Amino acid sequence: MGSILRIIAQRLALGLLTLLIVSIVIFVSVNALPGDFAQAILGQGATPEAVEAFREDLGLNRPFLERYFTWLWDAVRLDFGTAFSQAQFAEFAGGAAGTGLGTVAEMLGPRFSNTMFLAGVTAVIAVPLSLMIGVLAALFRNSIFDRAANITTLTSISSPEFFLAYVLILLLAVMNPLLPSLSVINNDMSFSEALKVTLLPALTLTLVVTAHMMRMTRAAIINLLASPYIEMARLKGVSPMRVIVKHALPNALAPIINVIALNLAYLITGVVVIEVVFVYPGIGQLFVDAVKNRDIPVVQACCLIFAAAYILLNLTADIMSIISNPRLRHPK
Amino acid sequence: MAKSNETLLKVRGLKIEGRSDETWNQIVNGVDIDLNKGEVLGLIGESGAGKSTVGLASMGFTRDGCRISDGSVEFDGIDLVGASAAVKRGLLGKRIAYVAQSAAASFNPAHKLIDQHSEGPTQHRVMSKAESEKDGMELYRKLRLPDPDNIGFRYPHQVSGGQLQRAMTAMAMACRPDLIIFDEPTTALDVTTQIEVLASIREIVEEYDTAAIYITHDLAVVAQMADKIKVLLKGDEVEEADTRTMLSDPQKDYTKSLWAVRSFQRPQKPHVATDATPVISVQNVTAAYGVVPVLHDVSFDIHQGRTVAVVGESGSGKSTTARCITGLLPPKQGHIEFDGKAMPLDYRKRSKDQLRQAQMIYQMADTALNPRKSIGEIIGRPVEFYMGLKGAEKRRRVDELLEQIELEPSQYYNRLPSELSGGQKQRIGIARALAAEPKFIICDEVTSALDQLVAEGILKLLAKLQDELKLSYMFITHDLATVRSIADEVVVMKDGEVVEQGPKNDMFQPPHHPYTDLLLSSVPEMDPDWLTNLLNERGVDNIGDAAVGKMS
Repeated sequence: MGSILRIIAQRLALGLLTLLIVSIVIFVSVNALPGDFAQAILGQGATPEAVEAFREDLGLNRPFLERYFTWLWDAVRLDFGTAFSQAQFAEFAGGAAGTGLGTVAEMLGPRFSNTMFLAGVTAVIAVPLSLMIGVLAALFRNSIFDRAANITTLTSISSPEFFLAYVLILLLAVMNPLLPSLSVINNDMSFSEALKVTLLPALTLTLVVTAHMMRMTRAAIINLLASPYIEMARLKGVSPMRVIVKHALPNALAPIINVIALNLAYLITGVVVIEVVFVYPGIGQLFVDAVKNRDIPVVQACCLIFAAAYILLNLTADIMSIISNPRLRHPK
Repeated sequence: MAKSNETLLKVRGLKIEGRSDETWNQIVNGVDIDLNKGEVLGLIGESGAGKSTVGLASMGFTRDGCRISDGSVEFDGIDLVGASAAVKRGLLGKRIAYVAQSAAASFNPAHKLIDQHSEGPTQHRVMSKAESEKDGMELYRKLRLPDPDNIGFRYPHQVSGGQLQRAMTAMAMACRPDLIIFDEPTTALDVTTQIEVLASIREIVEEYDTAAIYITHDLAVVAQMADKIKVLLKGDEVEEADTRTMLSDPQKDYTKSLWAVRSFQRPQKPHVATDATPVISVQNVTAAYGVVPVLHDVSFDIHQGRTVAVVGESGSGKSTTARCITGLLPPKQGHIEFDGKAMPLDYRKRSKDQLRQAQMIYQMADTALNPRKSIGEIIGRPVEFYMGLKGAEKRRRVDELLEQIELEPSQYYNRLPSELSGGQKQRIGIARALAAEPKFIICDEVTSALDQLVAEGILKLLAKLQDELKLSYMFITHDLATVRSIADEVVVMKDGEVVEQGPKNDMFQPPHHPYTDLLLSSVPEMDPDWLTNLLNERGVDNIGDAAVGKMS
């Protein structure tokens, strides 16, 4: 077990290092974006003095490195600063900037938990479903079922997301009014109510992510079917289902886990279109708005969260692949 | 052995087709088998003879891309060719079991041995899991596995090859089947390990009166195991007879040629002059992979026109010594002399001329030749690189080399490796080594992947080339029959140390180092009583790994 803990510690350290590098990339690239928040807000007619004063107020005129380290240090403490847009409103309202009202963390918090909820619901449906279809497709490979599963999942992954969303809305909200077509979600809702409004976007996303995971499961299993130990299992009179689930699947886990992780990361970071269609208040929409408004603290915080999600999920996938390998779990 | 006359397996006119290049080709052309309860049939032949295919078909099983096209397989009155998959599943593992060639690949890496052992009995509802586990430990004890109560709770990678092969035999025995197919169960093992596995398989098959089909290409092994022997050649049955008759009085020419394979032997050359400078001198070499030490103070000389056979079991450091000589693994201590001059230890620091002088021929010709290059390109590359020949001159030299290895140049120049047989590929490997015009060639198990007749052809070719070109060979092998036929001097290695070295004739005469003695005595002989006599003489605890353990 010692070696596994060492590997995990190593991966964690590498993950942190990656995150640090990503933070530099984010900060540099966001600062390199054309345009200036102060100029954008105050408009063409603003005097240079006004723009300068505004920049000073927001700390935009401090040296680059100083701003980076201040931001990094705050981010480590989960303080992402104050959104520029909110800061302005606070000032207009007579309060001082950054007094607690409208910090980035407060803006992101509920949005982020909504995104996680949607991703969670989707994962709970999509992962077992794709594993199951993948195993069955491998078991009945080249049969009608296998082909149907492949064609359906490939069609759904090839269609634009908004199209799938509208088809589902048509089927499940308009023709058979089972689910609401708008996913307006708020904190006062009970879990079952929240689940009900989230189901439609979650089903759409399931259609989007199933193909990858299902096909990888199928391919990874079929890849192993020529191995001597599979032949041995067959020659022991083991049933075909058991051969696949008990003998092939445990050895095929590593690539499957990796594809699952990639798809889960996509669920957290790439679902803007679905959010827009269903008016779901997730982090994606916020991110797009922030980019449009040059709201640098929000953009940076979102990027950092996305990067962390990718790194964390891939890290988990790595660790689970390692744990699924008995050679590493039980060294000689 | 008391034999009942009850027929257990009856195969008639078995024809099997294999699919290649979009067409079905017949690979087994009508084989008959009669096997009584408790009887052991040895199935022998070279690779491609269809031994494994016939063995699997007698379980009613064909690999993907094969099909039984004609004939019948009747097991205890049940027709296996026509039986449904469910009926066959009910028999497989329960009444007919299989022991595969590579236990390391045939045990599922994801599960513990005992769980795989008890899968058959629990799936066939013969025993409960607990009963089967207990029975498994009992079988492990009978097969003399170390620590039988706990070894089953290990994963396959935590157990050595010989032990895995015995655990697999135990697994085949789990439901006490009537018939076991042994498919080359000892081919991948070292001689000293093989002998233990052979002894335990024979004992347990006798104890439970199990019938068996024992598939192998090693005649000496089959002589120990089988009651009767069937010889196959390219899917045809050559002849069948009981073991003693077959060994003493084979009828067909092909069988006789198989029996005669071990006759090639080069005479011992006179001793080397004491003041002669060796071509290669390995001096006090100590080497390690990272921090793991593999070689300890290894020294030996190889003289011009001589063959030094380096023998030892897997892990004894034979190939590592070769890597040190070629500079792929620079030694930690010691040095390598070529013609009396020390060479740089790292191959990157050697001159082209120094590199040219030491060439290698590999065990797996399949993987040592680039599958996308034609034979002409494969041999032409070192001709151009080392000799600087181009165009027509290069072509002439490649043709010359092809003639030296007895392949017609016009016919083979443009072929790809995939269009050659195993023996021909190995010849190309030899030509590629010769292309550099070296003084010294390392042959790393060059014949161990080949059939005996083909292997003999390669050995004869190497001997001829040595006489013509005054080559020196370092011949790495674990096969003592090969040593006997081609070596001039022998170096015996064990655990990274040279245990004994000297001229071949001395090595095969007592007195030996105890390890050399064990190696020599573990090589199966064609005498069907050999294993029985050896066990009587030495006792089960003084053969194989047990004996090696006592030595260190």
